[in-house]
Amino acid sequence: MTGTFSTSPAPRSRRRRIFLIGTGVVAGALAIGVYRFYRPRDRLSPPAALHPGTSDTILTAWIRLGTDGVVTVQMPRQEMGQGIASTLALIVAEEMDADPARVSFEEAPVDATYANATVLGDGVPFRPDDSSVIARVVRVSQFRMGEALGVQVTGGSTSVRDAWGPMRQAGATARAMLLQAAASRFGVGGDTLSVANGVVEHKPSGKRAGFGELAVDAGREPMPREVALKDPAQFVLLGKPQRRLDIPAKVDGSALFGIDTRLPGMYYAALTQSPVFGGSVVSFDAAKAKTRRGVIDVFDIPATSNSAAAVVVVAEHYWQARAALADLAIKWNDGPNASFDSAAQRKRYEELLTQGDARVYDRAGDVAGGLAGAAKQVTADYYVPYLAHAAMEPINCTAVVRKAGGCEVWLGHQAPTLVKWFAARAADVDTSKVTVHTPYLGGAFGRRFEVDVLMQAVTIAKRLPDTPVQLIWSREEDMTHDVYRPAAASRFRAALDGSANIVSWSNRVVGQSCTGELTARLLPAAASDMMKDKTTVEGAFDLPYMLPNRVVEHVLTHDPIPVGYWRSVGHSYNAFFTESFIDECAVAAGKDPVAFRLALLRHEPRFRKVLELAAEKAGWQTPPPAGVARGVALAESFHSIVAEVAEVEMVNGAPRVRRVVCAVDCGFAVNPDIVVAQMESAIIFGLTAALHGEITLKGGRVEQSNFPSYEMVRLASTPQIEVHIVNSGLEHLGGIGEPGTPPIAPAVCNALFKLTGKRIRSLPIRL
Amino acid sequence: MISFVVNGKPVELDVDPETPLLWALRDHLGLTGTKFGCGVAACGACTVHLDDQAMRSCVMPVSACAGKKVVTIEGLRQPGGLHPIQQAWVDAQAPQCGYCQSGMIMAAAALLKTNGKPSDADIDAAITNICRCGTYPRVRTAIHAAAAATKA
Repeated sequence: MTGTFSTSPAPRSRRRRIFLIGTGVVAGALAIGVYRFYRPRDRLSPPAALHPGTSDTILTAWIRLGTDGVVTVQMPRQEMGQGIASTLALIVAEEMDADPARVSFEEAPVDATYANATVLGDGVPFRPDDSSVIARVVRVSQFRMGEALGVQVTGGSTSVRDAWGPMRQAGATARAMLLQAAASRFGVGGDTLSVANGVVEHKPSGKRAGFGELAVDAGREPMPREVALKDPAQFVLLGKPQRRLDIPAKVDGSALFGIDTRLPGMYYAALTQSPVFGGSVVSFDAAKAKTRRGVIDVFDIPATSNSAAAVVVVAEHYWQARAALADLAIKWNDGPNASFDSAAQRKRYEELLTQGDARVYDRAGDVAGGLAGAAKQVTADYYVPYLAHAAMEPINCTAVVRKAGGCEVWLGHQAPTLVKWFAARAADVDTSKVTVHTPYLGGAFGRRFEVDVLMQAVTIAKRLPDTPVQLIWSREEDMTHDVYRPAAASRFRAALDGSANIVSWSNRVVGQSCTGELTARLLPAAASDMMKDKTTVEGAFDLPYMLPNRVVEHVLTHDPIPVGYWRSVGHSYNAFFTESFIDECAVAAGKDPVAFRLALLRHEPRFRKVLELAAEKAGWQTPPPAGVARGVALAESFHSIVAEVAEVEMVNGAPRVRRVVCAVDCGFAVNPDIVVAQMESAIIFGLTAALHGEITLKGGRVEQSNFPSYEMVRLASTPQIEVHIVNSGLEHLGGIGEPGTPPIAPAVCNALFKLTGKRIRSLPIRL
Repeated sequence: MISFVVNGKPVELDVDPETPLLWALRDHLGLTGTKFGCGVAACGACTVHLDDQAMRSCVMPVSACAGKKVVTIEGLRQPGGLHPIQQAWVDAQAPQCGYCQSGMIMAAAALLKTNGKPSDADIDAAITNICRCGTYPRVRTAIHAAAAATKA
């Protein structure tokens, strides 16, 4: 995909606009001053930070080849469950013709070579089908800026799309270097050689050599300037189910997560944070805690733009620190937000559905004209609450600050580059003096973009120089100090003509901006309401349906509750709003929900195919069993299209989802088994939100604190899930970590409407 | 001093008797395969076997383990290789982030000890661990497969 972008620098005059639409990551870069605009970058040359080890050869920036023939792929993205480490390693192995049984991966160094440019290119506030000059220029500029900034980010379901080009290129380049080495050794022309399963062979003479035997020689060969990539029809590994490389370590307890970091002489820290956002510490009693066995120190740390004020106990062992928190008798100044209340917030949001300044994200045709003379009008208001991420690995970070200068950090994080920058800031050292280790992430879902625990851990470690300290938040601290999926309200007004066409469509969404607030946390000085945030309306302003007369707008709110990216971000609520409302329109038109959608998708064959496949596999045309109803929803997110049909029944007065049939078009399923796993995962994640998820505040305090008050779908409540994949072609390559989540809530609610006659317009579902 | 047996080896710990078994395993014995998830026995990430029974170690004072036999995920492997439940987990490609999987596997292994051929309803009742990645469909598949493999 990268090949389609122009490499010429954007003129200076465009830069200002780019600043205005920049994301938090960009702001962070500006804060630290490391940005280098538009530097064309070579993604194959090994960076200085990549060391070959004693017996290995570096073949491009992406591959370390051992004399034992083991190919170790440099992993530019973080493994947090989505299987990306295995997927990207497989891409390299495919082009290299390596033996897949001898391919492994390791965390790449933090270096601009491994940056994710796509995540910024995706963030622009233009519809995906907007091919106007300005949209194209801004997309390319953002992508180029992403390259130039050199930020390693795992998010936005971008990893395969971003790495697909450079990592295939790396595999093909390494293969070419091995071929050159073999040709010299055998004394034959390179074009007479063949490669398969990590062995180079000269068939006419029967001469063979394994990658391991050729490694050292290959390392001495020049990197070819141009290599041919495989015709996808020739793929041996890609497109077929392959086993993940990380699974053996995840069944015997040997996989290491951030919280498993163990260092000689390491201390542990536990903390209590201000129970109200924006509060501060007035006083606490350290004396009693200090008499406890193992306790080393007790102190408070101030709030930063990224983290809350807290009182910290450091001890030889975690439980000693954790237990001592009970002795602190902390007095808090709750600050200005002590009266924040979720019910009042909802009322305010509902008022903003008709009042307040809205920003238009998409407008076309004549909305008022379409309304006049329409056969039918449909209006409805919707609402969703804040949600917590609740990743299974509680928030933690291990850090050591050296007296001699320098800082080393172990942190499961979605953006190791940010870790480097902000550790440097907290330790007050140069970024070149910071070493970052990124172990496995025990779930992330957007939560591990934040630098809150990093700032705290480095601040704590700075007080105890040369001593590693592991800071672990309790589950309660995590749930009450998350950056939440925004609460949001939405109002629709649609008009239908006599042929079930939607001739007018108005949609206003109200809520906070994840991107704006992340920017404000990372770089308060750069915070500006001038920045449009596409995530606020994604899934609302980019619908595939024929809506010739439409306006989609957003009212930006500022609430003192931090919000952040949460699996599928704006799609997580906008798909619930739009796909429920489309269902309402189908009912008003007296049409079958699938047929109604298909008619509005006359111009979108890919969407039609996905929807038709899900409907067919679910048996949409056949009646469901007695007491069961089916609902459907369709959503495109992160360049992939997903349709889901949910079968719902009522059991003891509560909805039970018994079966979900999912169809997904992600262009090309690199590893189909991982695509299936991610659909299962995203559906269950979205189902938890639909059935249970709600973070509420009263008196400025989050009311939920742990799993008993923030319930999850468990095994017993998991539906049977079937996933069907459409491979529409590499030119449609899309993400897979998030797109399964958006359609599930509306599919379930649409089924419940059919079953009970009650339209669910607010989550979680309450009947 | 509190004495008990962990993965077949006798251990003696000089710790506060109220220390949960979870933290004794992780911090004092270096067995980090057992995970901290919630601290209130709600999620099951910390599940180990205490005298062959699945037990949520985050709320179990280490003093209550005195004289008992603890098995953690690190001790599940059998002389010949993976425990059948671990092999079934690999075959089903169950783990995603993997953080909850130690506890999930230990809960499943305990179930199979008392019920060699669990029904779906038995699995629903016995496996109440939380997996935020939603590996549940594959967990169910793996448990059935392990039961079948053990019988054969």
